Order: sequence, then structure tokens, then C-alpha cells
Amino acid sequence: MDSKKTVVFGVMLLVAATSFAAEVVNVYSARHYDTDDVLYENFTTETGIEVNLIEGNSDALLARLEREGDLSPADVFMTVDAGRLFQAEQRGIFAPARSRLLEQRVPARLRHPDGLWFGLSKRARILLVSRERVAEDKVLSYEDLAKPEWKDRVLIRSSSNVYNQSLVGSMIAAHGEAKAEEWCRGLVANMARTPQGGDRDQIRGVAAGEADVAVANSYYFAHMLNGSPEDRAVAAKVRVVFPNQGDRGTHVNISGIGVLKSAPNPRNAVRFIEYLTSDAAQKVFAGGNYEYPVVQGADRTETLDRLGDFEEDVLNASVFGNNNQAAVRMMDRAGWR
Amino acid sequence: MRGIAWPLAGSLVAAWVAVPIMVVLASVGADSDGVWAHLASTVLPGYIRNTVLLALGVAVGTFVLGVGSAWLVTMCRFPGQRVLWWALLLPLAIPAYLSAYAYSDLLQFSGPVQTGLRDAFGWIRADYWFPQVRSLGGAIAILSFGLYPYVYLASRSAFLEQSMCALEVGRTLGGGPWNGFRRIALPLARPSIVAGLSLALMETLAEFGAVDYLAVDTFATGIFRTWMTRGSLTAAAQLSACLLGLVGILILIERSARRRARFFSATHRHRALATVRLRGVRGAVAAMACALPVVLGFAVPVLRFIDLSATGGDRRAGELFVELARNSMLVGLTAAALAAALALVVAYAGRLDPSPASRFTGWLAGLGYAIPGGVIAIGVLAPLTWLDHRLNDWGQAAFDFAPGLILSGSVVAVLLGYQTRFLALALSLIEAGLGRIRPSIDDAARTLGATPGRLLRQVHVPLLRGTTFAALALVFVEVIKELPATLILRPFNFETLAVRVYQLASDERLAEASTGALAIIAVGLVPVVILSRLQQGARPAAADEVSE
Repeated sequence: MDSKKTVVFGVMLLVAATSFAAEVVNVYSARHYDTDDVLYENFTTETGIEVNLIEGNSDALLARLEREGDLSPADVFMTVDAGRLFQAEQRGIFAPARSRLLEQRVPARLRHPDGLWFGLSKRARILLVSRERVAEDKVLSYEDLAKPEWKDRVLIRSSSNVYNQSLVGSMIAAHGEAKAEEWCRGLVANMARTPQGGDRDQIRGVAAGEADVAVANSYYFAHMLNGSPEDRAVAAKVRVVFPNQGDRGTHVNISGIGVLKSAPNPRNAVRFIEYLTSDAAQKVFAGGNYEYPVVQGADRTETLDRLGDFEEDVLNASVFGNNNQAAVRMMDRAGWR
Repeated sequence: MRGIAWPLAGSLVAAWVAVPIMVVLASVGADSDGVWAHLASTVLPGYIRNTVLLALGVAVGTFVLGVGSAWLVTMCRFPGQRVLWWALLLPLAIPAYLSAYAYSDLLQFSGPVQTGLRDAFGWIRADYWFPQVRSLGGAIAILSFGLYPYVYLASRSAFLEQSMCALEVGRTLGGGPWNGFRRIALPLARPSIVAGLSLALMETLAEFGAVDYLAVDTFATGIFRTWMTRGSLTAAAQLSACLLGLVGILILIERSARRRARFFSATHRHRALATVRLRGVRGAVAAMACALPVVLGFAVPVLRFIDLSATGGDRRAGELFVELARNSMLVGLTAAALAAALALVVAYAGRLDPSPASRFTGWLAGLGYAIPGGVIAIGVLAPLTWLDHRLNDWGQAAFDFAPGLILSGSVVAVLLGYQTRFLALALSLIEAGLGRIRPSIDDAARTLGATPGRLLRQVHVPLLRGTTFAALALVFVEVIKELPATLILRPFNFETLAVRVYQLASDERLAEASTGALAIIAVGLVPVVILSRLQQGARPAAADEVSE
């Protein structure tokens, strides 16, 4: 019996040995951009801490984290939407991270008050309108998209997409549930086709003449500005509109990160997050994936400068995170696929 | 004791494989906090309608494509027939989500086809009608052209094994060739065709990536959305239960079709199939009819990916692909070997003890094939993390050492997920193969004193070599293509080709994803080609030709 135990123990040791190999930080990430690899490599070069990575669907990773509980090898959870950060926070998987550096660098509006999570980069939900068919100043706000004059002229992706859920969450915060639902119905009535494809597909649709206005995240459009000749031709046919400049500002979402309660390497986790808010890393967010840096004064790239400055909706990210479920049900009722 | 060893082993395998599904279903009875009512009043009718129409459409599509082409290539000679014989299997190597990417890209409003039309004729949107590729019809077409090989494979082997005598008796009694096909060959091949159809349909019901991309909301996408977006595991489980109900019915139909029509040829003396030579226009029509599924199901998507990757392929392919392909092949081979072995146990247990209990076991083991991989993944995590926690408690108590997540955090989780998902595939082939071995052979061996184990080793396994290889090949290809379960269950720093493609495609970088897509197709092609070669020699004698 004892020899059996020893064998099992030996195997367990062998398997576990890999995780003691060196200083590591274990990352569960719902981001899936190639430029992130550059960030991880630079972090390792700078600190000697190896980065172990699982990338996947945000909700699935969250489910996995919950199952793994205190045995989870993960140190940090990184995701791409404030609603998701809020959900993770609600499920109690984050531990507060104390770092003077982080509090100094990340604006209060873009982090949890107790340090449960920190925003790393910002993305604006902008409108792309046809240069050919839409006069300037014709569409100025998200609210405009639900007006009857836009019937059959709007492209936006599915309500399964979390950026749309957060946008509706911010509409609820601005107007209340009843008005927001009315807006959803108006928008659905104006859609030129069943919601399908990703953000770039919406922009391509407008450029090709399938509709006149598309809703998309800023970095997708920035990618197209710097993309293949076809993508550039598409980008040249549309004009950027930052909506709601006259009132609350353009809806801005964040990607963010938090240290996990069960983190085996909490110190490395904090160092990792601090690194991600360093000037060098913020530049990678902006330069590689065209996201807006969260750190004040960090370098933007020339492409982002070309898009121009705009007023942001300063709503705290946890508010539309909190509105997520109401938003999803509202979109179901409105028939937003 | 010996009498129950095999049935017991069979039930254990089936139960183990079915655990993840049971985990999901366990929460059915719970209160969904109003989500179910919300679903029922908003989206559920749409899910039911789309799922049923999609399944019916794919059933008709794969039947016509699969049975029609199988009949033509086995019974007729026409130009290109030898190539089409194996080429008709090629679409198996392309995951449905990749076909969906390729066709959406080609045929959407802003794609090259419609743009070309508009440029050529100076049209704008209001001037012309073009079918929406992202629609129920589009999904039916794309899935039919991707899944018909299951029906083709099953019916081709049935037609190959059919007795020429029965067909000739039909001809003597005055029936034409069409009558021979409809009234003799088709009913005789029914068990195989139904088995092939049910595989295609289960794939359809479980398909998430393609239908989601094609903007069709079915149970598979609904379960996901309910779980992830609406945040209700309970309501997702209730939806899964509805889906399982559909699947259960499907499997019952398949099994009863197989049971009611169990034919053994009385002798092993087969006269060569008399094939009909089609000349001129008829030959050309036959060639085109059989080439169409290969062109639409394989050539078009592959050419599109080649075109895309030539202009803007994956720049990191050289640095990444060796490791990704190695990972893909490694899990593919391991999972395939495991599935073939487990399927053999379950199928053999059913043969030794054809009781209702063992029929239930087979049914249970087959369920997972129709469940979306993402659902299975969560079902796998639950028991494995539970075991991990117990192991750690024990390690802590006995040695003051906690090894961490050695099951759920390792490749074990991925492999178990694949078994739950794909065992049905291996099982259906091996059960059919065992079914074709006459029971009198078993009786003879047993009379001569062979134990069940020896009978399996020395008689059945050698006879089943071809079938087992087919099972290995199919599971391997499926694992290479599998995405959602891999994505959730994989351990640290473990990427496969499918994962890489998904990451690029979900970042809307289709051109870059196309390099990986081609790599998946290339890896998947190897077993598909071997598989088709294998069946070429399935009928011993060379075919006679009859001119007509």
C-alpha cells in the first residue's frame, strides 16, 4: 500500500515540478492580439519572470477559474470589457492589489477603488459613416441611430458582442431602462441586415454601399487605416464620427486586469500589472493594437492622432458593467440578434 | 464472474464518458431565476424553429449528395470516376467553421463576388437580389456540403457489400435500374445510410462556430449565449436538455433502423459488381454531379484560403506552426487511439450481452457527439476539478504537499473532453463493423473453447482492422478540427492549429487566419486520403463492366 502511495506521490511531484521551475506569472487572458506576445516577452526580458499563458473566451476562463478555486495556478485574469471585469469582481475571484505606482498611473475612473482591477487600455465605440452618401453633421449621437430617417441604413453586430452590451448599459445609465429599450427597438428597426460578422465587416458593409453608418470599436478602424490595400480603400470611403460630443461624450470601454485571490505568485502578478502600465508597454497597446493608453501623457501613435481628440463619456466602468444583464435581456426583447 | 466482466467494462466506459453530460443536466431541475421564462417569451421559439429546419435541411442535403454520389461511383463508370471515388471524401478535412468563414468572405455584400457584379453592371444595393450567405439557407448548404461524406462513406461501403444477386433478381423480375436502386439497394443499405445520416445530424446539432458565424441562432448558440452572456448555467442546462431530447430521439431511430434491418450475407462468395459504363452526355452529367460536392465542399474554400494567405498570410507561421502542428497531431493521435479502444470495449460488451442494459450503455456513450464542445468542456471541468481537490486534500494530509490541478489543469482534461465528444463516431463505425461479422463465427469459436477476450483478440480484431482504422482516422480528423472544448480545457502554453486560427479569425483577421486554416486542412487530409485508399480495395474482385 505504501509503495503505491509513493508512486502516486512521485508522479504528483513530477507533474508539479514544472511549476516550480523558475519565477513565473501565470496569466489567463481573454485578449488575443499577437502584439500581446511582445508585451510578455519584454516583461520577461526586463524582469526575468517567465509568463505562462492560457488565452480563451472570457466567460469560459471565468468559469474555469471558479471551478479551480483555491487550487488555480492563475495569478492574473486579463479581459477586454468592463462588464466582464465587473462580473469577475462580483464572483469574488479578485484580491486587492496595493501598489502606489498603479494608483498613480491609472486614473481613478478606470480602476476599482480597492484595487481589485485596473484598466490597461481604452477603446471608443465610434460611428463610421459613408463619405459619399451622408453629409457631415447628419449623425452626431448614438441616439440618432434610432431615428426613422436611418431606416435600413445602420450596420451593427450581434448583441452577443460584449461591446454592444456595454454600449446599451451606458444608454441605460444615461436615459433609464424604458428609454433605452425604446432606443434598442428603434435601432433594430433601422438595421440594414440581420446583425452578423465582426466590427470590420460592418465598416466594409458601409464602404461597399450596403448601409450608410456602422458602429465599431476604434482600433478596428485604425487597423484598417494601416492594413492591406483593400482595407485602406475601405477606410478611405468612410468618415469617423465620435458620437455625443455635444453632451455626455463617446462611450469608452476598457481592457483590464486583476490579481486573483488564489494567486500563487502575487508579487509577480503586481509587477506584471505595473509593467503593463509602464510607458513602454502602453506604447505597445497603442502602437500594436491601436488602443488608447490609460496612462495620462503616454505616447499615442500617429494613427490615433489622425483620428483626433474627443470627449469621453466619463461614466465609471463598473456602472455599465452592473447594467449588463438588464442590457442583454433588453436586447433579446427588442429582437436584436 | 467472467460473464459480467465485459458488460461491466462497457458500462463503466459509457458512464465515465457520459459524466460531463450528466453534470450539465444535473442543474436542470433548479430554478433559473426567471431566465427560462425570459427565453421562452423571447428567443426560444426561434431556436426551435432554426434547429429543426437546419437539421431537416442538412438531412435532405447530405442524403441526396452522399447516397447519390456513392451510388454513381460504385455502380457506374464515367470519366473521372476513379478520382472522384476518393475525392468525394475530401470535404471531411475542412472544419465547418472554416467553410463558413470562406463562403461568407466570398459571397457577402462586400465580398469579391457581389462587388464584381456591382462593378460590372454598375449596380447599387437596390438594383439586384443576391442570396444572403449568412442565413438559414446558407447554413444548410454549407453544412450539407461539409457533412455529406459521412453519408457517402457509409452508403458506399453498403453498396460495395451488396449482393449482385439481389439486384439481378430484381432485373429478372422486370425492374429497371432505378427500381433496383430504390426498391432493392436502398432498403438493403438503410442501416448504413441511417448511421451516416445520424452522424451528420449530430454534427449539425453540435455545430457552434459555423452557425454562429452564419448568424443562425440554434440550440447550440443559444446554450452558449444563455450560459455566458445571460449568465445562467441553469437555463443553459435546461436548453441542453431540450437538445439532448432531440438527440436521444435521433439515436433511437438510428438504433432501431439498425436492429430491424440486420442482414448477413449467407456466403462470402461475392461476384464482382456489374458496373454500368456511362458514355457521352450521361457520363459528363454523372461526372459533374459527383464533382459538384467536391468543388463546393473542398476546392472553393481551399482556393479562397490559398488566395487569402498568398496576399496577407500569417507572418508568424514559420515560427509557430511546427509546435502547433505537433500539438494537434499528438492530441489527435492519442485521442483517436483511446476512442478506438474504448469503442471496441463498449461495442463488444453489447455484442456479448445484447440486453436492454447494454443497449442503454451504447446510447449513453453516443450522446456527447451532438453536444456543443463548449458545453462538454464545462461538464468535464466539474468532475476533474472535484477529483483534483480531493487529491490535494489527500496529498496535504498524507504528505503535507498539494500537487495542484494535475487532472483538470493538464492534457487529461482535453483528452477526456474529446472522448465525450467523439466516442460516438468510433462507436458507430465499430458497432456497424461488428454487426457485419456473422454471429455463427462467434458461436464456432466459443464452441471450440475460446474465451470472450481471446475471441476478440484472435477473431474480431483482425476482422475489424479496416473498420478500426476508419474509426481512428475519423476521430483524428475531428480532433484536429475541434475548437471550443480545446479552447477551454487546454493547459498553459498549449496551442493547436485550430486555436491559432480561431484567435486570428476572432480578431477579424481572416487573411492571416487562412494560413493556419490551410495547415489544419493539410494535416486532416492525410488520414482522409489513407481512409479512401483503404476502402478502394474493399471489394476483392475487379469490377466487370457492362456496356449500356
